[in-house]
Amino acid sequence: MTIKIKTNKLNIYYGDKQAVKSLDIEIYNNEILGIIGPANSGKTTFLRSLNRLNDLSPSFSHDGEVLIDGVDIYSKGVDVNSLRKRVGMVFALPLPLPMSIYENIVYGPKRQGLTDKKKLNEIVEASLKEAYLWDEVKDRLDLQAMRLSGGQQQRLCIARTLAVEPEIILFDEPSSGLDPISTARVEEAMVKLKEKYTIVLVTNHTKQAARVSSRVAFFLMGEMIEIDKTDRIFTNPKDSRTEGYISGKFG
Amino acid sequence: MNPKLAQKIAFIILLLATILVIVPVGMIVVIIVVKGAPAINWEFLLAMPSKGMRAGGIFPAIVGTIYLVAATILFAIPVGVFSAIYLVEYARENLLTRMVKLAIINLAGVPSIVYGLFGLGLFVIFLGFGPSIIAGALTLAIMILPIIITTSKEALDSVPRSYREASLALGASKWQTIRHVVLPSALPGILTGIILGISRAAGETAPILFTVAAFYLPRLPRTMFDQVMVLPYHLFVVSTQIPNIKTEYTYATALVLVGIVLIANLAAIILRSKYRKKI
Repeated sequence: MTIKIKTNKLNIYYGDKQAVKSLDIEIYNNEILGIIGPANSGKTTFLRSLNRLNDLSPSFSHDGEVLIDGVDIYSKGVDVNSLRKRVGMVFALPLPLPMSIYENIVYGPKRQGLTDKKKLNEIVEASLKEAYLWDEVKDRLDLQAMRLSGGQQQRLCIARTLAVEPEIILFDEPSSGLDPISTARVEEAMVKLKEKYTIVLVTNHTKQAARVSSRVAFFLMGEMIEIDKTDRIFTNPKDSRTEGYISGKFG
Repeated sequence: MNPKLAQKIAFIILLLATILVIVPVGMIVVIIVVKGAPAINWEFLLAMPSKGMRAGGIFPAIVGTIYLVAATILFAIPVGVFSAIYLVEYARENLLTRMVKLAIINLAGVPSIVYGLFGLGLFVIFLGFGPSIIAGALTLAIMILPIIITTSKEALDSVPRSYREASLALGASKWQTIRHVVLPSALPGILTGIILGISRAAGETAPILFTVAAFYLPRLPRTMFDQVMVLPYHLFVVSTQIPNIKTEYTYATALVLVGIVLIANLAAIILRSKYRKKI
């Protein structure tokens, strides 16, 4: 298995507060890595460092390396916009932009300068199909995206991310606002996407991590306590804190 | 006190306050319409004034007002909106930004006659424009800038951070995010500021007194550097400076001024609701 993402002694700070502590992690091509852990364990902070969305917070600083395909994404020559094109993100709450379904999907490609109508149409159809939404919306692509149900909105956000042809997709608690049926559909999409993309999934649902991940990492107070194959983490964790969290003793 | 009674008293006080707000506005409109409407006809609207402004129409003042407000908006909107974008999206929180924000707030509180004298000093005399549309429009533009900046800033601030993040996460640049997501969402709020600005620019007398307004000039302006008659000043002139003038004439002038402001606002409100629907 080839390594897609690798960090070396990654420390992340917000002002004086350290959110991620000396993190060494390797994420493989075409796997779903689930990251679990209680609130304030640095999961989301780590995730947002992979597409440099952390840069938006003025108090953010870091040291150590974040390598994608062997290149430190925080090094000088890296263009943030093209990095974010390669590393897509699906947020905790469905966040369609205030425009139509169609416009939401073509938003990314259009910003890269694509204007060919036929190509854009193809992208819309392909990405909606990949996100399992096409059949539900194909007759009403001009509908305001906000009018869709929560689960549909979240799959639209996945489709929108796929439209820019990323290599990695970050999911930040993608089903925290969704009902169980919508969650199942999002998970179904995720498992299918693994074949083409590398996926990092931060989740508060331990069971969700168990259902979809190839491997699971357990974060606690900014440290990665343990990382292992999903079944091993859930049946035979090495650290007692991991066991405590999984069995519901805290968190 | 009995909570039911307290509830009643609170309700009555709140209602009275609201009625007190409406009464003067209603009275002004009713009085102006009743006293001014009979004098309004095509001649009044489209003819030059004659007989020392006691007869004829107010056409040059109407045209002057429209030119002046249009030029003001032309100067004020880009500068106001762009600086609001800069302050919200780009400026870092430091001493300079805080001073700029404080200056904008203070600028909103400067009396309009001060703007008039400033315009006279800078545009009319120093830059040599003379009393002209351009000098008046620039003066008015500076006066309404704080209104436009403040409302635009609030509108931009109220665009959820999550929209920006969603756009950036798709590989859009910061400017693309502002241009395609933030600005369209903030546009209704920005238009509100522009509406307020138009009303203020169209109605103020003091800033135009020395910078553009002509006492009596029965012809239309040819360039931006011409002086014009303007409705608020004309209204002041006909109500205080000209003896033996028919009162309908004065009230009709006021009615036309109110009407122009109303039409401009209505246009902006229609535009705004159109954008609201799109979102």
